[in-house]
Amino acid sequence: MKILVAIKQVASLDEDFELRDDDRDVEADFHVFDLNEWDHYALEQALLLKEAGNSDIEVVVVTVGPERADEELRKCLAKGADRAIRIWSDELEEADSVGVARALAALARREAPDMIFAGVQASDHAYGATGMALAGLLDWPHAAVVAGLEYTPGAGTASARRELEGGAYANVTVQCPAVLTLQLGINTPRYASLRGIKQAASRPIETVAPDALGLSADETGPRGSLSRIRRVYVPELGRAQMIDGTPAEQAARLAGIIKELRGEA
Amino acid sequence: MGGILVIAEHRQGQLRPVSIEVIGAAVAAREAGGERVTVAVLGAAPAAFVDALKLAGVDEIVTVRTQTDAFDPDTYQAVAHALIEARKPSLVLLPHTIDTLGYAAPLAVKGNYGFTTDAFGLARDGESWIATRSGYGQKVNMEIEFPGRASVVVTVRPGAFKAPEGAGTPEVSEFDAPALAPRSHHESFEEPAASGDVDIAGADFIMSIGRGIGEETHVEQFRELASSLGATLGCSRPIADSGWLPKAHQVGQSGKTAANCKLYIAMGISGSVQHMAGMKHVENIIAVNTDPEASIFSIAKYGIVGDIFDIAEELRGHF
Repeated sequence: MKILVAIKQVASLDEDFELRDDDRDVEADFHVFDLNEWDHYALEQALLLKEAGNSDIEVVVVTVGPERADEELRKCLAKGADRAIRIWSDELEEADSVGVARALAALARREAPDMIFAGVQASDHAYGATGMALAGLLDWPHAAVVAGLEYTPGAGTASARRELEGGAYANVTVQCPAVLTLQLGINTPRYASLRGIKQAASRPIETVAPDALGLSADETGPRGSLSRIRRVYVPELGRAQMIDGTPAEQAARLAGIIKELRGEA
Repeated sequence: MGGILVIAEHRQGQLRPVSIEVIGAAVAAREAGGERVTVAVLGAAPAAFVDALKLAGVDEIVTVRTQTDAFDPDTYQAVAHALIEARKPSLVLLPHTIDTLGYAAPLAVKGNYGFTTDAFGLARDGESWIATRSGYGQKVNMEIEFPGRASVVVTVRPGAFKAPEGAGTPEVSEFDAPALAPRSHHESFEEPAASGDVDIAGADFIMSIGRGIGEETHVEQFRELASSLGATLGCSRPIADSGWLPKAHQVGQSGKTAANCKLYIAMGISGSVQHMAGMKHVENIIAVNTDPEASIFSIAKYGIVGDIFDIAEELRGHF
């Protein structure tokens, strides 16, 4: 039994960031990297199945990214993932979420897992596309935005509770193997133990190039993508009227605004 | 060939309002390109939605009869694919919603269509479409292009486009759904959890707390503050996910919309797209946050860069 968990190293921006000379991204010096918030939940769900199962379940984490993404794979190993794989070649630098999904699909064909989990979206660009693109490429059953899951490893179906808008849910039965994108709140992700962190530091991370997975040059990177970033710019945003001063002064002004809006002043 | 295709969304017999916004996006986009706007609606009895879709700027409504009314990703993917192959639209607009997250990407990869998501801007550049979306937690805008793609699938951010004004007289036609055996099955809907004494949708004054409160033990002091201000206590997603407040308090896409709110105080909430979907329409938003770059300040009327505990402590003395 094997569960594959696709993860992403996401980037947030330093204050006063600058754009790259070609205006197609932010200058890399201003990136601050972390494991995507959703991926903590996806990994946790796999680990919960592993711990609850009678059968032997291997949890494999995979990412598409350069060497610095090893740091996020190690976080997953430290929490209890059995194996970590990083797919990379320089062409993948220019891949969109579909280009990334093509690399993940090639890896999934090699690994032949019984289930694939991914996050609903990534906190940086929030495409909400990679996991479901992977399902389409594999032609596997799928469900997105899963906030509850009943699944016995090896079973032919899973019951998924999809989170809808407005606080409602839809319960669906999905044939397995399936690709599911998991939503925040589906579980309570664990923290890595100190022992886990220490051990993860020396564990191997397999690195593999897309061509070694059988992807042709036409499917890798920009040529395997369905979109291209033409230009990135800093939008003119609205700006709140800032209330300055000491906390006492700020609170006094806030109290005044509240009273005024409530017709009390 | 060419044209703009919209696929409408409905749930439990109700057309979802975002469908009308996406039609608005298509109608606005046609002004740039002059292409026909076609709206497709899928369902067990799709004719029921036709009247609501007869909007100004819509040239044609296509009904597609499917096995069930409830959303199924395989069904929507297969029907959308067949429609695109039959009509060869240059642009396919879908709402960026929970349902669409389940089928837009598989649709794009199977058809090799141009594809991006959560767009709030659409423009023509010669024969090509350009979509604008945000990146890095809304710190930048990204213009997306689709080199070499004859058909482009774009999901549209709810709240970004206006509904068309007035009615139209589109032709109505039927389209046969391709044969398929869906691999998932809708079992049931669960209604929102009972709200108890919390009515986010009806409240005119809401004070919401977010991740910035830090720990569960801090909830109580903000509950008391809200009470003394006469405000309904709301929260952002992490607070509800952690179980610190019942889901009924949650404001945002997967929670409640602050539909009648006149004054919204956001304490320690950075302002994700999903949270703002539930409150950005409020006329008077006051944000308190330690991070001067927090997105919430871009929609707030007043902002306080400061510690929410300090502000809360001082505020108590005024009420």
